[in-house]
Amino acid sequence: MHPALQGLITIILGVGGCLGYFYLANQILDKVIFPPRLDDAGRNINRANMVRPWLFLFPAIFALGLYLAYPVFETLRLSLTDRLQDGAFVGLANYQQMFGEDKFWEAMRNNMLWLIVVPAVSTAFGLLVAQLTDRIAWGNIAKSLIFMPMAISFVGASVIFKLIYDARPVGREQIGVLNAVWLQFEGGVGSFLFLRLLPAIILLGFALVVAYTVWLVLRPILTGRRRSGWWLSALQTALSALGIYLAILAVINTVQVFRIEHVYGQPQTWLTLPFWNNFFLMVVLIWIQTGFAMVILSAALRGIPEETVEAAILDGANPFQVFFRIKVPQIMGTIVVVWTTITLTVLKVFDIVFAMTNGQWQTQVLANYMFDKLFRANDWGTGSAAAIIIMLLVTPILVWNIVNARREMR
Amino acid sequence: MAELNLSAVDKTYPGNVNVLRNINLDIDTGELIVFVGPSGCGKSTLLRMIAGLERITGGTLKINGQVVNDVPPAQRGIAMVFQSYALYPHMTVRDNMSFALKIAKKARAEIDAAVSNAAKILQLEPFLDRLPKALSGGQRQRVAIGRAIVRDPQVYLFDEPLSNLDAALRVATRIEIAQLKEAMPDRTMIYVTHDQVEAMTLASRIVVLANRGIAQVGSPMALYETPRNEFVAQFIGSPAMNILKGKITGVGERTEVSLHHGGKAVSSVPTRDTDMGLEVNVGVRPEDLQPCDEDYLYTAKVDYTEALGEVTILYFSPQGDDPPVIAKLPGVHASLRRQQVSMSAAMDKVHLFHQGTSLLYRD
Repeated sequence: MHPALQGLITIILGVGGCLGYFYLANQILDKVIFPPRLDDAGRNINRANMVRPWLFLFPAIFALGLYLAYPVFETLRLSLTDRLQDGAFVGLANYQQMFGEDKFWEAMRNNMLWLIVVPAVSTAFGLLVAQLTDRIAWGNIAKSLIFMPMAISFVGASVIFKLIYDARPVGREQIGVLNAVWLQFEGGVGSFLFLRLLPAIILLGFALVVAYTVWLVLRPILTGRRRSGWWLSALQTALSALGIYLAILAVINTVQVFRIEHVYGQPQTWLTLPFWNNFFLMVVLIWIQTGFAMVILSAALRGIPEETVEAAILDGANPFQVFFRIKVPQIMGTIVVVWTTITLTVLKVFDIVFAMTNGQWQTQVLANYMFDKLFRANDWGTGSAAAIIIMLLVTPILVWNIVNARREMR
Repeated sequence: MAELNLSAVDKTYPGNVNVLRNINLDIDTGELIVFVGPSGCGKSTLLRMIAGLERITGGTLKINGQVVNDVPPAQRGIAMVFQSYALYPHMTVRDNMSFALKIAKKARAEIDAAVSNAAKILQLEPFLDRLPKALSGGQRQRVAIGRAIVRDPQVYLFDEPLSNLDAALRVATRIEIAQLKEAMPDRTMIYVTHDQVEAMTLASRIVVLANRGIAQVGSPMALYETPRNEFVAQFIGSPAMNILKGKITGVGERTEVSLHHGGKAVSSVPTRDTDMGLEVNVGVRPEDLQPCDEDYLYTAKVDYTEALGEVTILYFSPQGDDPPVIAKLPGVHASLRRQQVSMSAAMDKVHLFHQGTSLLYRD
């Protein structure tokens, strides 16, 4: 039979099956199990209405259970067994083996790097674009253009960026945009401006912003005017410590930017530069997720009562103060939801790394590590252990995300 | 100390939509000016232009003699209270009130003093550390007023501040605003409302806006007693003034008008001989009509009555296309329903308007 015909039949059977299930199940409930007859009419109608939601939810619950809940437990079981010993229980041996591998810790480290950079940059860009396009006539066109990457699959985006990062031997024409730009630098004034001054300014600016944020967070605690509980203070202190570390790192790297020796005139294979290649991969996800953040945050910005902005203008606030002290606090809930949603995507990131470097040159991430173990090394035990680690990382953020999203909907 | 002068002020939105034309108005220090008018007459737009939230597209606005057309809102010495309160939802009452002073980088002691002073005036002291969402509508409105007081502006602008409150609270807050004004005799206030009770009770002068311009400016009583035209006559006073068509049949010290519905009106407005036979509109307020036996001004069957306790409102059967005549009698008169009732009015309560121009007749 022709595959298209098979597909059509499948669709008809599937949709028809669903319709048939809902219709018949309803009929049986109303006519056979709880018929509204005689004395019991009212009670039976109420009973039927209590059962009906479960009837409608059943297919979804069943499918989710089969394809989501069951695999979780099966993965947990597999992670505690060894395939080579015919599935014998080995306790935490798989985890032990995994924790002993450098590649796992590399994946862990890279994932954390992704976790810090991608949600922050995507949300910041999304917020920036949402605010800048809010009032201008061609704002919607700009938004559509920035949203468009959302329609591209991760693999497609990876292919596009692989072309951007592409390198050809010296003397041949470069087809990668980044190398084409790179070869324009030859050590003159322009090189100083763009390769030393600009990165230094960006790094210093980052350090200043982080330091200021840390100061804002810590000030109430230091001056003893805190109103929140001790655990929130502890969390704030921990985040502040991380922020101070990042700020110091940024300052150190500012110095490095001026000391580093550049190799001019040599096309670079960007994806093989250790550490930095991680950022070249992150750019792909940022490019995609900025559109998502922008759409959600743009709607949130529109939802801010115009009068509060006008009142702030009358109170003498300048546009920056209006943005940071009136608008951003009012959409903080949405920002958190966007941030955590992107964090979830980042923790599971696989396609981009798989398609661009496959974890080589120190770009491994957890999901690709898991794939490596499961389907290349055929080591189900360690692969499942990696999957469980990813799930453990995702779960708290997921819960927090749902709690926040629900609060936003209220 | 703040005088405002508006001269030839225009507002035109892009696309040539003209909402206000040639507004001329002088406001003295210490006045409480109320802008009233039907929906869409531009009263809020005019207020927002004074605030600096809308651009003035023509004419000049002066505050204390200085043209402020292009002065940013915060430097005009004004504060505004919004209809929707416009409190910052993420800030406590204290932060809401001190925001402007913090932006202006005032000393902390000064800010605290200003906030606690305003909180005392408005009885907001127990709520200073609450978020706006934990306050009732009336309390929120008081915070919004407090936010204005804290800045100690020369001019207070109120944009329908009471329209989101329930009836009892509206009366209470109205009195609070009146008392606030009394406590600050050298501050100027401009108040926008569509509620004529607020206008009549609060205003030192009322500005009636209609048809893209100012219909009349005057004290509440002046507007009530000598409205310049039919629009103001019908807009001020509730229920609206009755307008009856007629023809002048007697001139001199007092004027006699034969009404087309058959009644006869006598007005204390003097007329000249040349006015004999002139078609005029006779205006009588519902509260000025009294039942009578003969020499009636108006007679018809009462269609419907509304007894409000202290007064009864009679709705007469409409005659032709004219709106029904309404009378307001003290006491309870529910028994008059479906009865033929004749009405007359004292002659100094009978207003004459030119037909066509609808301007008040003056000798």
